Amino acid sequence: MPSFPRVLLGLFCLLVAVLLLAPTLVVIPMSFNGNKSLAFPPVGFSWQWYDNFFRNPDWTTSFSNSLVIALIVAVVATVVGTLAAFGVSRAAARTGGLLRALLITPMVVPGVVLAIGIYAVYLDTHLVGTVTGFVLAHTMLAIPFVLIAVQASLEVFDRRLETAAASLGAGRLTVFRTVTLPLILPGILSGALFAFITSFDEIIVALFITSPYLKTLPVQIYTSITRDADPTVAAVGTLLFLATSLIIIAGLLLGMRRART
Amino acid sequence: MTASAGAAIEIRKASKRYGAFTALNDIDLHIRPGEFMTLLGPSGSGKTTTLNLIAGFTDISSGTLEIGGRSVTGLPSHKRNIGVVFQHYALFPHMTVGKNVAYPLTLRGIKGDDREKRVKRALDMVKMADFAHRYPNELSGGQQQRVALARALVFDPPLLLMDEPLGALDKKLREWLQLEIKRIHRELGTTFVYVTHDQEEALVLSDRIAVFNGGRIEQIGTGRELYDHPATLFVGRFIGDSTVLRGKSEAAGDGTVMTIGGQRIFAQGRLPGEARPVILLRPERVGLKRPGADALTGENRLSGTVTEAIYLGSGSKYEVRLADGTIAVVRSPLGATDFAIGDTADIAFLPTDLTLLPDDASADVTLT
Amino acid sequence: MNHHPTEPQETIVTDMPDRPALLKRWRPRGAVWLAAPAVLVLLLALAYPLAIVVVRSFTDPAPGLDNYVWFFQSAVNRTVLQRTFVVAAWVTLVSLICAYPYAYAMTIVGRNLRLALILCVLVPFWLSGVVRTLAWVILLQDSGVINSFLRGLGLPPVKLIRTLPGVVIGMTQVLLPFMILPIYSVMKGIDTRLLQAARSLGAKPWRAFLQIYVPLSLPGVYAGAIIVFILSLGFYITPALLGGPRSILLSSLVQNQVLSLLNWGRGGAMGVVLLVATFVLLAIAAPLMRQKHSSTRREA
Repeated sequence: MPSFPRVLLGLFCLLVAVLLLAPTLVVIPMSFNGNKSLAFPPVGFSWQWYDNFFRNPDWTTSFSNSLVIALIVAVVATVVGTLAAFGVSRAAARTGGLLRALLITPMVVPGVVLAIGIYAVYLDTHLVGTVTGFVLAHTMLAIPFVLIAVQASLEVFDRRLETAAASLGAGRLTVFRTVTLPLILPGILSGALFAFITSFDEIIVALFITSPYLKTLPVQIYTSITRDADPTVAAVGTLLFLATSLIIIAGLLLGMRRART
Repeated sequence: MTASAGAAIEIRKASKRYGAFTALNDIDLHIRPGEFMTLLGPSGSGKTTTLNLIAGFTDISSGTLEIGGRSVTGLPSHKRNIGVVFQHYALFPHMTVGKNVAYPLTLRGIKGDDREKRVKRALDMVKMADFAHRYPNELSGGQQQRVALARALVFDPPLLLMDEPLGALDKKLREWLQLEIKRIHRELGTTFVYVTHDQEEALVLSDRIAVFNGGRIEQIGTGRELYDHPATLFVGRFIGDSTVLRGKSEAAGDGTVMTIGGQRIFAQGRLPGEARPVILLRPERVGLKRPGADALTGENRLSGTVTEAIYLGSGSKYEVRLADGTIAVVRSPLGATDFAIGDTADIAFLPTDLTLLPDDASADVTLT
Repeated sequence: MNHHPTEPQETIVTDMPDRPALLKRWRPRGAVWLAAPAVLVLLLALAYPLAIVVVRSFTDPAPGLDNYVWFFQSAVNRTVLQRTFVVAAWVTLVSLICAYPYAYAMTIVGRNLRLALILCVLVPFWLSGVVRTLAWVILLQDSGVINSFLRGLGLPPVKLIRTLPGVVIGMTQVLLPFMILPIYSVMKGIDTRLLQAARSLGAKPWRAFLQIYVPLSLPGVYAGAIIVFILSLGFYITPALLGGPRSILLSSLVQNQVLSLLNWGRGGAMGVVLLVATFVLLAIAAPLMRQKHSSTRREA
């Protein structure tokens, strides 16, 4: 029989789990609201806000902008971050440590401070409202995540396998292609996913460097929340919630299967 | 797996330095084609450095290295065509056993049926053919090491290097694999260079053994030569059990007289030069006798007290504390007089049943 | 995400001074240069912009310390600065209270339940912060879920949106995963046999827990706390959407100075204050996060 403290712990954790997950779930009923309002409870049922998301150019273009920018960032940050991870883990310990500390600073710099700085630079260099500007800023923000993910898999990677491959006749590049890369691929892929999400969700810098001609989805959501009570945001929120949950569940199941074999 | 002629290795005046640290100090080593050569020594003695030099994992600081009559200085390891077996197996975890063994063949452009056939032959040789579709993490340590052996031999290298390949395995498995390795060596005729710190393993496997100490080679020879005629005190103590007797010594004709705890010992032979001699005794060459009893002519006697008596089945092993505090090891055959702990006893040996060696304090330090 | 570290290969070092030989070949001196592109991106998009912020805070509109003098002399600014730290402290404290038992539970339950608990952390961790804040707007607003619930019970409505408690609640929920994950990653590395050992030596369960387990979990607590505190200090979206004039935080003030008033110098000075506070905190906390008890940890 579970002891009293155990029961208490279980109840408390249930409460925390509810706090973590449940608030987000309220966007789901709101997205089917019959009225153009975010007031609770929703009235009636309709698909119109989903319809609006897929038809209204404000939403469709901001969505495709975010998608394009996030995809480019995922590629660029993954390449740059993976190279950096190799640099950090194969450099001398002191240099590597310093380099790592430097490369993860974007994680701790307050978003607004960074945003006004980037805004100032972009005003001078005409990068406000450009894909290049977004990609540069988001790549910088994504590098730490790629670095951490790839470095984690490099740490568990047994370097002696490279020596073994060399002894069997593989040159440097072949060693990398046939041994190192396949073994750290999970780290690289999760780094890429992190980079994609970092860019796709990024809002603070985006709010500053956005322009009427180039809005990303988070900016569109933000302005929609502040300007009007359009339930389309709830529809978008629901879609993002579903997509995120599916990706994570798939990831957990995949990880489980790999752990089993 | 065709029986290819093994490659000879010729190392001359080779040194390896890391900054101020000298890992290898001016060694000469000649390994004959098809020979099983073991590099034996304690930690940090330079044996693995030597292996790394041959494999091309590290560069020589000075001296020359030839494999199969060709200088390999500057040749990277992947171009040396040498099989290497590592202590930690180093199988690729993302490839099946079959893929692991096929890897070096693929790199050499061998494809299709030919490759399949050679993989199968190599796995058959190590009795792992049934496991071709398994992944390394599904195998035991011994099985992984057999696969590693197949992978290192599948491309018929003229030379196979092994770096403590059995070090991580338990004793039973180690002894069985030693015999397997010996059998494979006999079948292939490849030159094997084997690194270990386990002298028994070296004796079981090798044609010849090179004993390393402090970055130098102390002696190269067959197991019998090293055991019966060690060139240095270090070799004598490293290989097999031994008792070392130290005392005041003086020349007597063509022999040496040593005084130990007030008793005099005669040894045949003399050391050239000024070196202080010590006497090395092998436990089977020493008898244990009741004080003063059963004396043979010319026999040396040293009295002491039995401090340990171990029954071994094939005989008994005793430790005897001599008058000067030295602990002597004696192995008596079955049927010899029995002694118990606390008994006073003499150790007895003939002047010809001992080895006279120059003293070397470092031999004691290195072994502890 | 979730890496499943493979058990490190057993290494039996037999020939110590020989080991550098194997590594040396694969530690080329030029390896550092692989990080050059990343460093370049950081210089362009991080170092240079921050330098501009710092420079402008001292030069715009006129050279000198005017902007800082203005910042620290204004009672409103001082109140906001203080409030920002108080909110960050509250968020950190509430997160910690929620996270510690939760992370502990994650380490002791069976596999399926653990997966469910991890899912509850990872979904909010990965979900867009704007969307999660939107959810809190819907919940907390005057016509929101909580108030309609209270109305249903015949109770008077509570003012939650545009109040400080509302901001703290929303920020806590958004930042909670950042507290749970580091604590969990330290806890799962703690060798529970130590607890059994303590009990076998006669310690009562709660005492073994407090004297052995809690100290070993502290590096994770420090890491989580410092991350949450620092992120809270610079938090912008959640307070901006959930807060009102009386719950404004420093980030909003910076944004207001720069975007609405075009006052780069004053905005910059505020930003520098925020930046300095962040790095001072990091410098103080960094040593605490290191694993002091690494010898007692199972290699995770």
